[in-house]
Amino acid sequence: MLRFLISRLLTFIPTFIGVCIISFAFIRVLPGDPIVVMAGERGLSDERYQEMVEQFGFDRPLIVQFWDFFTGVLQGDLGTSFVTKRPVFDEFFALFPATLELSFCAIVIAIVLGLPAGVIAAVNRGKFFDRALMSSALVGYSMPIFWWALLLIIIFSGNLGWTPVSGRIDLLYFFPPVTGFMLIDSLLSGQDGAFTSAVRHLILPSIVLATIPLAVIARQTRSAMLEVLGEDYIRTARSKGLAPPRVNGLHALRNAMIPVITVIGLSVGMLLAGAILTETIFSWPGIGKWMVDSIYRRDYPVVQGGLLMVALMVMVVNLIVDLTYGLINPKIRKR
Amino acid sequence: MSLKKIMAATSVATMLMSGAAFAQSTLVYCSEGSPEGFDPALYTAGTTFDASSHPIYNRLTEFEIGTTNVIPALAESWDVSEDGTEVTFNLRSGVKFHSNDMFTPSRDFNADDVIYSFERQTVEGWSGEYFTAMGMGDLIESIEKVDDMTVKFHLTQPEAPFVANLAMDFASIQSKEYADAMEEAGTPEMLNQQPIGTGPFSFVAYQKDAVIRYAKNADYWKDGVPKVDNLVFAITPDASVRYQKLSAGECHIMPYPNPADIEAMQSDENINVMEQEGLNVGYLAYNTMQEPFDNPDVRKALNMAIDKQAIIDVVFQGSGQIAKNPIPPTMWSYNDAIEDDPYDPEAAQQMLADAGVSDLSMKVWAMPVQRPYNPNARRMAELIQEDMSQIGVDVEIVTFEWGEYLERSADEERDGAVLLGWTGDNGDPDNFLAVLLGCDGVGGSNRANWCHEPFQDLIAEAKTLPTQEERAALYEEAQVIFKEQAPWATIAHSVVYMPVRPEVEGYKVHPLGGHIFNEVSLAE
Repeated sequence: MLRFLISRLLTFIPTFIGVCIISFAFIRVLPGDPIVVMAGERGLSDERYQEMVEQFGFDRPLIVQFWDFFTGVLQGDLGTSFVTKRPVFDEFFALFPATLELSFCAIVIAIVLGLPAGVIAAVNRGKFFDRALMSSALVGYSMPIFWWALLLIIIFSGNLGWTPVSGRIDLLYFFPPVTGFMLIDSLLSGQDGAFTSAVRHLILPSIVLATIPLAVIARQTRSAMLEVLGEDYIRTARSKGLAPPRVNGLHALRNAMIPVITVIGLSVGMLLAGAILTETIFSWPGIGKWMVDSIYRRDYPVVQGGLLMVALMVMVVNLIVDLTYGLINPKIRKR
Repeated sequence: MSLKKIMAATSVATMLMSGAAFAQSTLVYCSEGSPEGFDPALYTAGTTFDASSHPIYNRLTEFEIGTTNVIPALAESWDVSEDGTEVTFNLRSGVKFHSNDMFTPSRDFNADDVIYSFERQTVEGWSGEYFTAMGMGDLIESIEKVDDMTVKFHLTQPEAPFVANLAMDFASIQSKEYADAMEEAGTPEMLNQQPIGTGPFSFVAYQKDAVIRYAKNADYWKDGVPKVDNLVFAITPDASVRYQKLSAGECHIMPYPNPADIEAMQSDENINVMEQEGLNVGYLAYNTMQEPFDNPDVRKALNMAIDKQAIIDVVFQGSGQIAKNPIPPTMWSYNDAIEDDPYDPEAAQQMLADAGVSDLSMKVWAMPVQRPYNPNARRMAELIQEDMSQIGVDVEIVTFEWGEYLERSADEERDGAVLLGWTGDNGDPDNFLAVLLGCDGVGGSNRANWCHEPFQDLIAEAKTLPTQEERAALYEEAQVIFKEQAPWATIAHSVVYMPVRPEVEGYKVHPLGGHIFNEVSLAE
């Protein structure tokens, strides 16, 4: 297991360097000069332009700029936002807990509902439940997030008044962030009703964000289960007279988990992408909206730093997924 | 419990909760985005000014809310010298700065604060854009402290809009004492993060992309202002969601509704929709340096081919009005006697033929971004393309990424007519006519590259005259010349809508685009 872990960690290094290069290059490949964008319709004089170029360090060769960025990253310094003049690192960690909290709730919903749904559908293959479930999964998968979110807001917040329209907690509650996770902070604050309010605010956005991964996980679980259920050892287990729940749950599901876990790992990337829309609609103060705004403003340090951090998160999650394979399937860790 | 009962119970609970949130008179404004920071001198975006300069700071002069009139604020009065190059401000006494955890002011506002607030913007490496863009660096020769409560600005030339410039957001007055204290503590960025001002509200807390909180400044120098105890900005980027929040009572005022929602809002009894013409203009600028657009008759003919009413209906969905002048109708000196070019494709075709132009093909540039003065440039360009084809002119639509667009469209060699616009900074006609149509702007903000001597002489003279009346006469004349010469097709001024809850009293839509809550109160 240790060798497996080390070999996985070693592949991390070239990927990390690659991610640094891509993050740095991505925003620079886009057309549009950040200084011109900043000046807007007003424009600016040639001298002033030159002054700003020097101030931002754009007059230096690209390779020098990249080296500065790269060595900064190694020291935990992602640079300072052109716009807010605050360190990118601080901004990222002020906003990231919100995204993490939302993504975590979404992935929990997706797994808790998606796994059993996929298993039940596979076991009842071709029957009504299977068809109904797979059709709704297809609908869920193809749903435009933007429209789906607004629909839920109009029904549950507008018409029924069950959930708040947007935000993380009622404006009534006011306490400084400790962990950045509203569920935890609201408990720590000790204010009556704060935790309930935080939960109520989480419901709609997590459902919206969970929709696509839920559909994907349910479909993937179903097809993996179907494949496993046709295997000889399942027939053996059945013929030995094992109870169907034990066969399906223990023998089949465990073996069907490998592709499902892969999908869950990949969903994390998808969640972060989906979070951009979900966060915008629900006024959720996470990194999605922050990144989009900074792309529009050509705020180079934020875009490259944010991209790098998100890529790192995805890499870490996939590393964990790889390690989980090893736990579930001994064959993999011995390889 | 039946579903109905559950629903009733939950909605009562929700009402109670939101009721509690608004107790102790808290005004909630669903703002459209996060501010870039809280030091207004560093930025140019309206969203930033709404959150910084309006609630937290004051300026020497200010715009009367709801108008573009310049009124005294931290300066009680001012005198302009005969030659127009010295402006002396008598400062208001007894004005208190806010305090926070790190700072308690030891003295009231005085001349040192004024001098500090401007001089810091002249230091090399200063990254604020507005001060330079308004030409203040070249204009201000020096600032003299006459005594503690008097400052004198020495100017390099007489400049009538100067006093109005000082009412702009970048001219907000900072506390020198606070700046010094933060400099000493090694945290000068606190000016931008934990702002201290003299304004009606003091800064309490900010969570990026979520909420900004302010508390009433109990020591505010203007009696009876502000009228609410707390001000909260609930940052809500999506317009449809703002609408839902407003109608659910989660906020009292929202800016920038979707044009498509306005009709539904107007028929909703829980929402009052206020409206005012925006201080902006959207235009199509020909490149008057290139043939055949150097001929005013050709430009005039093309203008007559454009069906502006269709543009208002389709692109603005009614939330705009046809523009006939380069300045908006709410601005002083607007010449209403001018007649717009009629929409007449046949006459236009004839004029083109008379000018000896046939088989004309041209480019029309469409901006890639939404602006109040042009919510959908692509669609506008398509309508213009259709109109032009009626008179036999072939139009190719081009567009670029926004930064590229701004850069390339400013090029004197540019091929084609450009869709662009302008939103006023200081309510002064000079801010439109000189910036957008003056000879200095050729190859820059003057996208028509139009330098016309009779026009230029008028606006240059108007800038040096002391009274608004004398200046207005010249600007009115300049608009006549503009119309004859037609360097642009003036297309539209937007109409600004502000949906507010019925309990909101005293809110005024501000023509300069800011959202200001000093005078707003909430009915019981």
